[in-house]
Amino acid sequence: MIEFRAITKSFGGVRVLRDVSFAAAAGRTLGLVGENGAGKSTLMNILGGNLRPDAGEMRIHGRPYAPRHPRDATRQGIAFVHQELNLFPNLSIAENLLLVDLPRWPWTPLIRRGALARRTRELLAQVGLARSPATPVERLSAGERQLVEIAKALGREAWLLILDEPTSSLGMREAERLFAVLDRLRAAGMATIYISHALGDVLRLCDDVVVLRDGEVAGAGPRGEFSQERMIALMVGRSLSHVFPVRARRAREAPSSAGPATPAPASPPALEARRVSVPGVVRDISFSLAHGEVVGVAGVMGAGRSELARILFGLVPCDRGEILLDGRPVHRHAPRRRIRQGLAFLTENRREEGLCMEAAIADNIALVSLRRHARGPLRLLDAETLRGAVGAVREAVRLSPAAHDLQPVKTLSGGNQQKVVLAKWLLAEPGVLILDEPTRGIDVGAKSEIYQLIHGLAAQGAGVLFISSELEELLGLCDRILVMRRGEIGAAFRREEFDRERILAAALGEMRSAGV
Amino acid sequence: MAAVADSHRRARTPLLRVLRSEYFVLLLSAAYCAACAPFTPDFATGGNIANVLATLLPLFVAALGQTVVLITGGIDLSAMSIVALASIAGAAVMSGEQGLLAGSPSAVPAALLAMALVGAAAGALNGVAIACLRLPPFIVTLTSMMFFSGLAIALTQSRNIGALPAAFNALGGSTWLTLAIAIVAGAGVHVMLARSLWGRWLYAVGHNPRVARVSGVPVPGVVIGAYVASGVLAAAASVLYTGQAESGSPVLAQRLLLDIICATVIGGASLFGGRGGVLGTLFGALFLKLIDNSLNLMGRSHFSIMMVKGAVILGAAVLDMARSRLEEK
Repeated sequence: MIEFRAITKSFGGVRVLRDVSFAAAAGRTLGLVGENGAGKSTLMNILGGNLRPDAGEMRIHGRPYAPRHPRDATRQGIAFVHQELNLFPNLSIAENLLLVDLPRWPWTPLIRRGALARRTRELLAQVGLARSPATPVERLSAGERQLVEIAKALGREAWLLILDEPTSSLGMREAERLFAVLDRLRAAGMATIYISHALGDVLRLCDDVVVLRDGEVAGAGPRGEFSQERMIALMVGRSLSHVFPVRARRAREAPSSAGPATPAPASPPALEARRVSVPGVVRDISFSLAHGEVVGVAGVMGAGRSELARILFGLVPCDRGEILLDGRPVHRHAPRRRIRQGLAFLTENRREEGLCMEAAIADNIALVSLRRHARGPLRLLDAETLRGAVGAVREAVRLSPAAHDLQPVKTLSGGNQQKVVLAKWLLAEPGVLILDEPTRGIDVGAKSEIYQLIHGLAAQGAGVLFISSELEELLGLCDRILVMRRGEIGAAFRREEFDRERILAAALGEMRSAGV
Repeated sequence: MAAVADSHRRARTPLLRVLRSEYFVLLLSAAYCAACAPFTPDFATGGNIANVLATLLPLFVAALGQTVVLITGGIDLSAMSIVALASIAGAAVMSGEQGLLAGSPSAVPAALLAMALVGAAAGALNGVAIACLRLPPFIVTLTSMMFFSGLAIALTQSRNIGALPAAFNALGGSTWLTLAIAIVAGAGVHVMLARSLWGRWLYAVGHNPRVARVSGVPVPGVVIGAYVASGVLAAAASVLYTGQAESGSPVLAQRLLLDIICATVIGGASLFGGRGGVLGTLFGALFLKLIDNSLNLMGRSHFSIMMVKGAVILGAAVLDMARSRLEEK
């Protein structure tokens, strides 16, 4: 069995795990549930040797276990089946299963193909997958790949299996098939930690349940003590992080008490989506966003929130439906034209899409707005006005004064990097701002400054679409919250209807009478 | 605020500042000169300096085009084939023997225009294949190098086209005229890189094309522009080389491709994009040509020059690596 004893972990002063203790025993399946950001991934990264705890210890069969590297976990018989699978699609099932110790003829580098196939068939039989060992993995369905991943774990003689959202990419029948395999493995003595947002599956499959909230164990016990309602209540609870949005909310209420926050109803909405669909991604999305409004988008991972943002911005072509900016249809495809129409998009993927990490702070901030400062037939830049504009927006986002304009952004902290991205878009003076997880991975101070910026923008009449996995900040910041589930808007809540449990239930899909 | 921000980062000490700027290569060149001068008495004579300039300047102009392309994270292997193609195109227009405009007073301007157009068209072909068909620059320009080169040889049946107007030959033959052309080209590219909208977009695309796209940069247009610029600059280099040779040749300067890429990379341009500048490329070309020249003066054979050049360039790369590590700290 594996025991977690008082595991504590902080990132840059933010406590993500605090005194987490529980145990997973052989022959039992433990369901680990919690909101996004509750600390599940961090805990599993500690178990897998990717991170080290600040305090506390883990024990395997009573002996201390302190992995320094992922291979330590593998050696100890711990196997992870991740959401994004670690298989080589171009190689066969057999090669994937036994890649690290392919059977060889003695004293030669040559593979014993017969032995390889035999061993593979044994492993595949254990997970009930009737496929030839020579089949390339790319020809398998998502569910079959998951079974291969489990077979790989069996091949390494793992006794502890960790599954992270295993059903998110599976259909019903494939999920059932997976559950049957997991039941069989449990009967054979496997210990399993099953992480999922699908609470029904957790109740169906698990012997024990541990609920994490804000890095602490909010509840733990055998399955009999839990219902879906109780799990949701424990997941939501009272949050440590409620301090900062409250301050932001006050800032929001100031302008609305002075007069109507939204312009006269005659003016078209800042952003409107009409029955936007992209097959397999989002379906039938309709909503509107007024000037001066902050609309949140909630949902679990894979619900299609980021995909919606990318469609609105034009990074993913919109198959069906209409997107309107200020009542005018947006340009198709190229984000370039939509930016000129006043749209801005802060990506969740800062490293790959948000910033040129090697380039200077000032160059990054200026990038979107360069065109406005180009003069003459050669489009030479007016360095003077450009520098002035960059300086002003730097100040507006309160970028660390210690950071020099010509310093590469990679030298900044996460919070300051995010401020650079925000500055980049603020400089373009957008009418509509789409923010995808703008506060992920940044410290509390920077978060609260970003909240205030968002409110400042809304007060100046911009429409803000705010995607976040942290329900707290949505509740604290937004005028309305849209809840997405499986590519659709499943429910919508106005500020006065905000209810943590109902929103979470709508996101998880457990509530039948979701108000729209 | 300059676009070439990397080279203007604040350094903690003056020493570090020199080490991390493009002047590092100039320093290296000076050190090399100082080391060689005692062994090669002819090194510092006026005649030799003119000699160095005569080979340096066309190389520099061609390397300018390579710099622009390397900044986007691409490479233009077809540069020297474009030089050859432009060379025969220009010669075909103005040659006194069989030229289209033989003897006409407008022959030279028309030939220059034709060369520029050939360069631009060849570059546009590369650029469109890379930006619109999303093919890797290496493959595109490798194949177009073969194509342009083959085309030039096929069109001329591998013969040189001589009898060029004296006015044209002076462009490459006279050191002063060549210098003037190189200065104009260098200054023009420098202004475009450091001060223009396009230049800034070029660096952004080189740093990260996805970020550039999300930020509204017209990435395909910027990339095509880079290859067109490379083609036109290859044509400009072709003017100098053709004038020097006093004949249009389908195999003009074919051996110089690696020199160009080396000069550019020694000058601080990164093969991964986002870095590079005119001054660095100038110093890189200077460094390379100094090595060539000094070894020549020492009476070494072509092959031993190649060997030494290879070793020196490798050494420069090692130094550069050490320098960037220093920078990381």
